[in-house]
Amino acid sequence: MATSTTRLPRAVDPNTVNGWGVDADPRNDPTYPFRDRSREDGPGMAWQRPPLQEPRVEVLRSIEHSRLPAVVGTSTPPKGLSGMIRRAAFRYSESDWRHWLMLLGADRINVVEGIFEDLARGRIPNIPAEMGARAEWRHNKLGLVRKVAIVAAVSAVAVALLRRRGRDDW
Amino acid sequence: MLAAEYRGPYRMRAGRKRMPRIEHPRDALVRVTRSCICGSDLHLYRGMVPDTRVGMVFGHEFCGIVEEVGPEVEKLKPGDHVLVPFNIACGQCHFCKQGLFGNCHEANAEATAVGGIFGYSHTAGGYDGGQAEYARVPYADVGPTVIPDWMDLDDAVMLTDVVPTGYQAAEMGGIQKGDTVVVFGAGPVGIMAARCAWLFGAGRVIVIDHLHYRLDFARRYCPAEVYDFREIEDMAVFVKKQTDSLGADVCIDAVGGDAAGSALHTLFGKAMKLEAGSAIALHWAINSVKKGGIVSIVGVYGPTGNMIPIGNVLNKGITIRANQASVKRLLPRLIEHVQAGRIDPKALITHRMSLEDVSDGYHIFSAKLDGCIKPVLYPNGGQ
Ligand SMILES: NC(=O)c1ccc[n+]([C@@H]2O[C@H](COP(=O)([O-])OP(=O)(O)OC[C@H]3O[C@@H](n4cnc5c(N)ncnc54)[C@H](O)[C@@H]3O)[C@@H](O)[C@H]2O)c1
Ligand SMILES: [Zn+2]
Ligand SMILES: [Zn+2]
Repeated sequence: MATSTTRLPRAVDPNTVNGWGVDADPRNDPTYPFRDRSREDGPGMAWQRPPLQEPRVEVLRSIEHSRLPAVVGTSTPPKGLSGMIRRAAFRYSESDWRHWLMLLGADRINVVEGIFEDLARGRIPNIPAEMGARAEWRHNKLGLVRKVAIVAAVSAVAVALLRRRGRDDW
Repeated sequence: MLAAEYRGPYRMRAGRKRMPRIEHPRDALVRVTRSCICGSDLHLYRGMVPDTRVGMVFGHEFCGIVEEVGPEVEKLKPGDHVLVPFNIACGQCHFCKQGLFGNCHEANAEATAVGGIFGYSHTAGGYDGGQAEYARVPYADVGPTVIPDWMDLDDAVMLTDVVPTGYQAAEMGGIQKGDTVVVFGAGPVGIMAARCAWLFGAGRVIVIDHLHYRLDFARRYCPAEVYDFREIEDMAVFVKKQTDSLGADVCIDAVGGDAAGSALHTLFGKAMKLEAGSAIALHWAINSVKKGGIVSIVGVYGPTGNMIPIGNVLNKGITIRANQASVKRLLPRLIEHVQAGRIDPKALITHRMSLEDVSDGYHIFSAKLDGCIKPVLYPNGGQ
């Protein structure tokens, strides 16, 4: 079934179609100059591949890929609960919303895991510093004061509510 | 080594990390001398990009000195000072061969819709980036370019992303002599797009943002007519009025999913994540361009979907062109522009800081404090 120009399956041979190509116009190319079609070598994945990296960590692969790319990133391999969710997310394609929503969910869980990881190493993360509180103080004092006031007010209300709840229970 | 790592939304910190190493025969190890923070990093920083893992090193705009090369690297040698395009590209796949270096098929295991990008979540391949003292640079013979002797390193690092992206934004606009071009966003990318629109022969360049210090800069630097969208009641009507009621020939979206200016999109796209970021700038671009006009998108959106007036795209016969910049394709021309003094990239840099100050750097750039346009980190003291 395949014609000489492609290895891919084709149901219709273009040469048998009445009028094939009579209006083809090479100037009608909205991809100019991003795509240089003269250097195209036919459809499919038949290019000469670079040498293949053998990753020493777990790399998740999109199911839209038929094979692992020649080079892969090895930063922060999946682990823990977030890692389990990421692996599950990779059962769905990039075209499926579940894929991305599960990954976003895993990202949030991963933040909590990150805090435990810090604590396990005997480190209490200085979250205000990580968020740039020093720069906020230097360049936006009013904003910082406002944020601190809001946090203080919210925690005061929360503490008061908890206290009352506690008393009710008792 | 010292590296900046992501700890969760709005949290970055500098800390010790294991040195990267050569993992593939075509890798190089680069000692970083300059590394920018980009508007694209803000999407990661704000937790908008799926599969952004705690502990990852960000940074896709960097230059540095080659420290070590893998056995198959031929063009680079230790000691070369190189600028590293943000795209990781093999140079020999179906897409690279056609010059689509931002769309390489041999660099991103986690997704096919995005090429490999340094320090840009696992959705862009899971590579640690250049906001660190050292970085692993795959396909070292393809992207990295030795910095010419005469070039300032501050200009060189801007050629890894901002300049090519702004240039490609204008190029994709298909600008013809005399065209009216409206650029949404006066960040580094929008400013550069507006600057480059003139190189393609624009007749009028209008820049829209709401940060006055950036609009002031754009007015002088590009130069451009500038407007604050908060003072404009209806963007489409405004642009029509500017163009004898026809609309602009070309609209460029240099904002992306973090756009302000629409309560609805902010709620759906940013707070509830029902769409892949706020698409209001793109909405304005589509509705402000003239019939048969061109919308060029370089602003970045997430992978799910957005509410945009696609019906108007159809009825108006609009052409939409968009991509991640193909840095390597554009570099030779852009180096000429810098040498000839037609583009002055380093003029955009407002903040120079050490890697230790990364938490503050992100916050200043994200919250747009202290007149920030472009912050650059100097790992290894910039040497
Ligand atoms: N395609 C690429 O290759 C590529 C490369 C680099 C950056 N980018 C993207 O380009 C965009 C801009 O990057 P940057 O570094 O200039 O970021 P930035 O955050 O510094 O600039 C964005 C600007 O847009 C303004 N803005 C917000 N809402 C707006 C609206 N509704 N209308 C007009 N302006 C609005 C902001 O005030 C800000 O000045 C980002 O989305 C980034 O991810 C794309
Ligand atoms: Zn960038
Ligand atoms: Zn490739």
